[in-house]
Amino acid sequence: MARVGVFLCHCGENIGRTVDCAAVTAAAAKMPGVVHAVDYKYMCSDPGQQMIKQAIVEKKLTGVVVGACSPRMHEPTFRRAAAEAGLNPFLLEMSNLREHCSWVHEDRAKATEKAVDLVRVMVEKVKHNRKLHSIRVPIEPTAMVVGGGIAGIQAALDIANGGKKVILVEKSPSIGGHMARLSETFPTLDCSQCILTPRMVEVASHPNITLMAYSEVESVEGFVGNFDVTVRKKARYVDWSKCTGCGDCWAKCPVKKIPSEFDAGLGKRTAIYRPFPQAVPNKPVIDQEHCIMLTKGKCGACAKACQRGAINYKDQDELVKIKVGAVVLATGFDLWDHSAYGEYGGGRWADVIDGFQFERLASASGPTDGEIRRPSDGRIPQTVVFIQCCGSRDDKMGKAYCSKICCMYTAKHAMLYKHKVHEGRAVIFYMDIRAGGKGYEEFVRRAIEADGAEYVRGRVSRIYRRADGKLIVKGADTLAGRPMTVEADLVVLADAIVPRTGSERLAQMFGVGYDTDGFYSEAHPKLRPVETSAAGVFLAGACQAPKDIPDAVSQASAAASKVLGLFSKPELEREPIIARVNENTCVHCRACIAACPYGAIEDFEIKDRKGNVVKRVARVNEGLCQGCGTCVAICRSNSIDLDGFTDEQVFSEIVTLE
Amino acid sequence: MLKQQFARRFLSICAAGLRTRRADWDRTGLMAETETKKVEATPAVFEPKIVAFVCNWCTYAGADLAGTSRLQYAPNVRIVKLPCTGRIDPLFILKAFEGGADAVLVSGCHPGDCHYTSGNYHARRRWAIFRRLLEFTGIDMRRVFFSWVSAAEGAKFADLINRITADVRAAGPFERTNPARRRLWK
Repeated sequence: MARVGVFLCHCGENIGRTVDCAAVTAAAAKMPGVVHAVDYKYMCSDPGQQMIKQAIVEKKLTGVVVGACSPRMHEPTFRRAAAEAGLNPFLLEMSNLREHCSWVHEDRAKATEKAVDLVRVMVEKVKHNRKLHSIRVPIEPTAMVVGGGIAGIQAALDIANGGKKVILVEKSPSIGGHMARLSETFPTLDCSQCILTPRMVEVASHPNITLMAYSEVESVEGFVGNFDVTVRKKARYVDWSKCTGCGDCWAKCPVKKIPSEFDAGLGKRTAIYRPFPQAVPNKPVIDQEHCIMLTKGKCGACAKACQRGAINYKDQDELVKIKVGAVVLATGFDLWDHSAYGEYGGGRWADVIDGFQFERLASASGPTDGEIRRPSDGRIPQTVVFIQCCGSRDDKMGKAYCSKICCMYTAKHAMLYKHKVHEGRAVIFYMDIRAGGKGYEEFVRRAIEADGAEYVRGRVSRIYRRADGKLIVKGADTLAGRPMTVEADLVVLADAIVPRTGSERLAQMFGVGYDTDGFYSEAHPKLRPVETSAAGVFLAGACQAPKDIPDAVSQASAAASKVLGLFSKPELEREPIIARVNENTCVHCRACIAACPYGAIEDFEIKDRKGNVVKRVARVNEGLCQGCGTCVAICRSNSIDLDGFTDEQVFSEIVTLE
Repeated sequence: MLKQQFARRFLSICAAGLRTRRADWDRTGLMAETETKKVEATPAVFEPKIVAFVCNWCTYAGADLAGTSRLQYAPNVRIVKLPCTGRIDPLFILKAFEGGADAVLVSGCHPGDCHYTSGNYHARRRWAIFRRLLEFTGIDMRRVFFSWVSAAEGAKFADLINRITADVRAAGPFERTNPARRRLWK
């Protein structure tokens, strides 16, 4: 006979305010099979857990129902308590009286009635629960970091320094990401390259890190502890094992006028190129789209120039299968395409540039060697207008969210400009200045007070180009309450931060959720900010939300510590919610094998002692089964059941709702 | 065993449904008369009973979000949690109707977002066929609902429940409009 104990939590007043807990307890006490029913203010607290443990022992309970918050919140807590009292943790179920009842209903009588129903359903279910035992799966102690920007670099270094192997996959030919393109960083104005490049070199030389540059994740199989990731190593057309990075090839390349991605289109590169001089690995690749040899079949200048014979025009993409135990996604961001803003020129004018283009103009390694010169005619601009919130905080045309970093980098841009062009004028149109962060507000004040940046609160309604090349910026100064016109030489738009193109596809491969804007969703916005809904997949950097460098680095370190925590045990415990085949009734129709999304069901031959095949059946591989139950519903002979959600359990739940 | 039992019962519902369909054609006027008589007998506000079969990862979490956002919705729904909509056996829905539910809701992750990669596609396909079967047996299609609610759509969940409750309240209790059920179990 089942001996069920029911424990009702008031959750302070959260449940007690709308649900009459005493009445529910009284009703629960009368339910068939219930031998103990009690309510308490905070069931999750230590005294509350003690009540459960004591009752399990004293009343010899065979099942426990806790009516409290969502099982997503405290099921592990209560199951642990049950296990400590000697009850199999899977004999405990929770009724969601808070999120699904007291918080969403106001009518006390109806909420109480519903609460009784919710408890009764679980009492009926728990009577049919069986003892289950967590499944142990071995962990492959190698991590994969996807994205080689500052977040990916930090995560890779932290995991590698923790003594575990790391595979760093980067899409472009060099790691470094956006940070390598920045001139100086706020709020300290230290040189971005100077703090980043040593880290990049460390990644390349670290014995625990395998760097896979110019590679992309192709497909993912498996689950936490045992992911099988297929990585596409894109054809480089250069044998990096022979290449010394001497530069003879790109000096001889005849295709010299390709806009450089690294310089945001302001500089030029050749068809065989390395993205920038400090690239890691410092080896070139051939851009197959522009190379004459690869498109037209004749040239071969780089092959002739290469003394090491490293050029190989017949190079092919290569698929590499890698087994990893955990993954850190650090795919970063892109800038929003401001061509949607027709009033700002829609991307037609060379002198209306984005933040990255300004960074490259200001950078010592940039196309102008650090001199601020406008792209159209190379003159030094005397008036620069910066427009903040270009696409951010605009749910009609752009993005509803605040991109967080633009206030700071615009202040930095204005400062850098004033440091280089002392007599110049920097006008900044802003909506609000959001400078939350250590030293950030002081930095903005410095830009205004010490460097004389003119901050104008208001929006720009239109920019047009006069025949003499001046950009006429028409806006409003809402604090003074008057329209304003600025004759500018250069306009810098602080474009919204958006996730990398293709990040959705990657999220789908890893089973990670993403929001409507495409940013990856964390498992809990407050308490689990680096985990995702996919176990073993963690987030770092701007792929989750717009972030500045310190935030990206701290999240990367957090993700690394999660990975190291996961790897600290040789085995992983997993919920034993898996399907089981009744081999006596299985008719081997193979419907389940076709339906299983994990390929977890295999053909199995039952043999007698002599080795003759007696029967062919389907068998579930416990390591692969994730417990979705699709096979159970599809089975024609009713031979599969799902532990934790058996037909018996579900039907008893439904029946009791009558 | 349980399943076979239900399968037999399902067949009998089908048969009863067909019989009543023929009866409808024969004696439309008579049937209509009995309907109106029953309506007068019902209490002023009818509180429908709705059973929702939801997946653990999207809709259950979406319902949790409705809770944490304190979005008020009708207290007529009883959620049965399953790991995935792919786990939903059509017999669950049948059993819920048999047990006295006035409406059934099936809700899971949006296409492409299934925690188990493709369980919701299986559910959708199965649902499409099962719906036709239900219709064939004479079950009112205004009582079966299918939706996608993600873990981020607390508001959508609350709206959905309110809408379903209003619709079913307008449609009235299930047993009255389903002659098959009335004959067999009442």
